[in-house]
Amino acid sequence: MDTKIKAPELVCPAGTPASLRTAVDAGADAVYCGFRNATNARNFPGLNFTVEEMTTSVDYAHSRDTQVLLAINTFPPAGQIELWKQAINDGANIGVDAFIVADIGVARYISDNFPDIRLHLSVQAGASSPEAIKYYCQEFGVKRVVLPRILTVEEISSIHKQIPCEIEAFIFGNIGMMAEGRCSLTNYATGVSTNMDGVCSPASHIKYEEDENKNLHSKINDFTIDCFSCKENAGYPTICKGRYTSDIHKDPYYAFEEPVSLNLSSLLPELIKAGVTALKIEGRQRSRAYVRDVVSAYRLAVDNITAGKEPDLKNLIALTEGNKETQGAFKSKVWR
Amino acid sequence: MLLNRFKKLPTFLLRPIPLKILQPAINRAVSKVIEKNPQIFDRLATNGNKSILINPTNLPMVFLFKPNHLNPSVYAYRNENGLSYDASISGSVLTLLSMIDGELDGDALFFTRDIVINGDTEAIVALRNAFDDVDGSIANDIAQIFGRIGKKSLYLLRKIKRQEQKYGY
Repeated sequence: MDTKIKAPELVCPAGTPASLRTAVDAGADAVYCGFRNATNARNFPGLNFTVEEMTTSVDYAHSRDTQVLLAINTFPPAGQIELWKQAINDGANIGVDAFIVADIGVARYISDNFPDIRLHLSVQAGASSPEAIKYYCQEFGVKRVVLPRILTVEEISSIHKQIPCEIEAFIFGNIGMMAEGRCSLTNYATGVSTNMDGVCSPASHIKYEEDENKNLHSKINDFTIDCFSCKENAGYPTICKGRYTSDIHKDPYYAFEEPVSLNLSSLLPELIKAGVTALKIEGRQRSRAYVRDVVSAYRLAVDNITAGKEPDLKNLIALTEGNKETQGAFKSKVWR
Repeated sequence: MLLNRFKKLPTFLLRPIPLKILQPAINRAVSKVIEKNPQIFDRLATNGNKSILINPTNLPMVFLFKPNHLNPSVYAYRNENGLSYDASISGSVLTLLSMIDGELDGDALFFTRDIVINGDTEAIVALRNAFDDVDGSIANDIAQIFGRIGKKSLYLLRKIKRQEQKYGY
């Protein structure tokens, strides 16, 4: 490679203050995180930030030239927007660099009350066409769209030429290519909403049972999601990645998606050329060990690419779901 | 089979240390870790009222952890027979310590079946996340409580782990 290209922003996850510091120290340009409640889509037990923790974390990041993007990317139930308004007010007072939102009511509250703070459109909004993205830009002043993971690099390039805002694309981590922000499978199985309560497959409803042969059964309430044989790698207990039988399929099969992680390390140059401004690493629910290893690997790769060198891509397979990785729809629409 | 699980550990770790001698040191370790990291309870929230069995599969004992903020405790037992608990987590001792110390990712260890969890999944997830927000090494803090033998044990365990990773056995 001999042509230098503009450096994209590396956007990294943090589920705790320790993870945020780890991401900053590992080379994140921006860190995204959320408050400890239903206003964000990783509302997991023991995870996320209090207002005080967010304040000290933003100070830590800003003192090291790293931005903090606050995820307020769930959908308030009708008539219950006060929690979301409070999160926005707190984020503005703390001085976060951008809000990541999915709901148009939340977006309107920010654009009316805090027009100077950048607004990013969450992947949860599911905006995948130039028309949809332009609507959010015109109505709410959205400065960046996080694209759903259903587009090829060529399609991203085409969208880039038609929209007035920046593009952020996922490059690593958990992947759910169903209609993002619209999944109701958890709600069906548990009564808890991924989109409004912020938690897919809540741990309170998950059970793992290992039988006498070391086969691992994962269940969500009364539904068996999968049974991993004793020598088989496991995956997350999400309904969309389970194996099921039916009258037609007597043997268990993946009805929706497979337990596999996105890894676009080899597509980074094409993504950057396609007009992607920011590269996003998924995993606010993961540990600081994951954050350290993935962020530092991608920091090195991005720096090498932008310096015109061949990227040094560290093997991250050990951190992927089921020890399997894919380029998903980014490479081809026929990934399965 | 049982011997195979234990054969890589230093023999002094496998001797049946009298629990009456071990327990006071465990109590001191718990006090030290909690004193240094009180935010753990905040992250555990109501999950602090649950009891969690920690089962280092290559040690001849198990630990019952009750992270109640008013009276946190860890008790050592020879085995889990007769114990009642809400959730359990099993794995080699250094795998568990490395996860607590933020050296290894808990989800990845679950994917590869290096750790096994049972019972109340929420309690385990909350505990993992609470400890993941702790800076520094809890393993080092615990080892120091046990003096020279603790530090030597941890050193050897880490050496064994490095060899496992290097040579794949």
